[in-house]
Amino acid sequence: MTDIRWHSRAGQGAVTGAKGLGDVLATTGKYAQGYALYGSAKRGAAMNAYNRIADEPIINHETNMFPDFVLVIDPALAFSDDITKNDKSTTKYIITTHLTKDELISQIPALQDKADRVFVLDCIEISLNTIGRAIPNAPMLGALVKVSNMFELDFFLDGMKKVLSKFPQKIIDGNMAAITRAYNEVN
Amino acid sequence: MAKEFELNEMEFWDGNYAASQALRQAQVDVVAAYPITPSTPIVENYGAYQANGYVDGEFVMVESEHGAMSGCVGAAASGGRVATATSSQGFALMTEVLYQASGMRLPIVLTVVNRALASPLNVRGDHSDMYLGRDSGWINLDAFNSQEAYDLTLCAFRVGEHLDVRLPVMVHQDGFTTSHKAQNVNPLQDEVAYKFVGDYVPVDDMLDFSRPVTHGAQTEEDWHYEHKAKQHKALMDSRKVIDEVLEDFKELTGREYKRVETYMMEDAEVAIIALGSSVETSIFAAKQIREEEGLKVGVIAPRCFRPFPFDLIRDAIDMSANLKAVVCMDRSAPGGAMGALFNEVSAAAYTTKNRPLITNYIYGLGGRDFGVEEAKRIMREQKAHADAGHITTEIQQFSGVRGPRLGFFTTRRD
Repeated sequence: MTDIRWHSRAGQGAVTGAKGLGDVLATTGKYAQGYALYGSAKRGAAMNAYNRIADEPIINHETNMFPDFVLVIDPALAFSDDITKNDKSTTKYIITTHLTKDELISQIPALQDKADRVFVLDCIEISLNTIGRAIPNAPMLGALVKVSNMFELDFFLDGMKKVLSKFPQKIIDGNMAAITRAYNEVN
Repeated sequence: MAKEFELNEMEFWDGNYAASQALRQAQVDVVAAYPITPSTPIVENYGAYQANGYVDGEFVMVESEHGAMSGCVGAAASGGRVATATSSQGFALMTEVLYQASGMRLPIVLTVVNRALASPLNVRGDHSDMYLGRDSGWINLDAFNSQEAYDLTLCAFRVGEHLDVRLPVMVHQDGFTTSHKAQNVNPLQDEVAYKFVGDYVPVDDMLDFSRPVTHGAQTEEDWHYEHKAKQHKALMDSRKVIDEVLEDFKELTGREYKRVETYMMEDAEVAIIALGSSVETSIFAAKQIREEEGLKVGVIAPRCFRPFPFDLIRDAIDMSANLKAVVCMDRSAPGGAMGALFNEVSAAAYTTKNRPLITNYIYGLGGRDFGVEEAKRIMREQKAHADAGHITTEIQQFSGVRGPRLGFFTTRRD
């Protein structure tokens, strides 16, 4: 079982990202859940989305989880959210930021003993340059594919193309570029 | 002619989407709906299918949920296949018309995404709305995940419209936990699904001008009682048809459903009884505690909440000769009583061979998370009752509530 917790603002596409990941997984014979805790939250409010991934059907419906991956797609939430909640000794963090990894970790006390498990990239800048809007979910998926070794990049890109097939070609191309760039840039 | 919708063998759907696809595949003649959180996407998706040519029927936007169910009653009495969706306050506003629909024996399908009732206002999942409608004369089926929300919605048409039943059917799923959680769903292709549901057969339809009928007539003491008695008998007798339809569905899909689901009950010493998504979390916890602590826990789950499966609940309780303690989980504010599931299960258990110790937990109100550790704690507590030979706590307790401990009534059989 792999558990993933997204930290996002409502409107940044964490739910779409979590569902897109699930869509790809569902075609591979894996089982997944994609859900969020938002309810009445308005655009811009901090919220969480979640994925569970397993080789067999998933029957645990507890919202709370002990994540294997924490994905932070809004730069400020790394500072204001409790991103290390329910941390395990193996939990990996992928954080969007314009800072270097060292700069970021030096400013967040909760990450200081976890430096070897922290990965950074600037999903906002990548999505602005590739998709043309600050939609950091697609680059975060690219980074997750790299850090988790869940898929080969090409396999994931093919899967995402199918998920996005109803969108205009320009949007599909933008997302493919965003995922690829994030895959290569996350460190 | 409605367009065919392209579906993969494995989709990643939330419960709302799953339910809306089942409504589309059943080719409903009239959907009259007024959207409300968390069931809004069922109505929204259905409107999109209609606008994009995937549905031949009518989609009627009404001014309230009372109007929605009234529209459904009118359309069903006229002789069409009818369905809608609602939750919580919307369900409450529909309640008057729910009784009209069942009394008029109209096989409407209502997909209910369960949500708490105000006040305080809350959009999240609990079973307050399900419990509010439990005596309204509808058949109530309960889905524990989005696959089941899809499957049971298809089955609901077959059950309600069956000529030996002709009763409205609700299909419940948990607000957010099921309705907004995407998971793997294995849908049927349009043609297969429609063939399973079958063509609608009108009975005493008002649009049959060659044979005029009246629906919703007034009867006073001369006939009202006989009508209600017959209606109750129809609900009780629907058990056979429900079993048959679920059996047919299993033959078609390999997915097996029963009016009461039992898990690991063959050798269970203690059991947990729940509704909705908590059933699956309980199975998950029971498997863990069996492995980790050797505690023989089983899970019992009414798939069909109405007609209440008095028969199969008793079978489940007598399934293991070792069953000593049972806990009934009620996800609805009990309003000055024991939980409804506790009351009904206790009544059924009274005439079983095992007559286990039975306790009641109120839990998860307004969407409070029901976790694996808490489920395991409750299971261990049942084992303590079993070992002591009597109930060692209050009979009714509250799980996961802040503030001073709450508990009511103690046993007199120690």
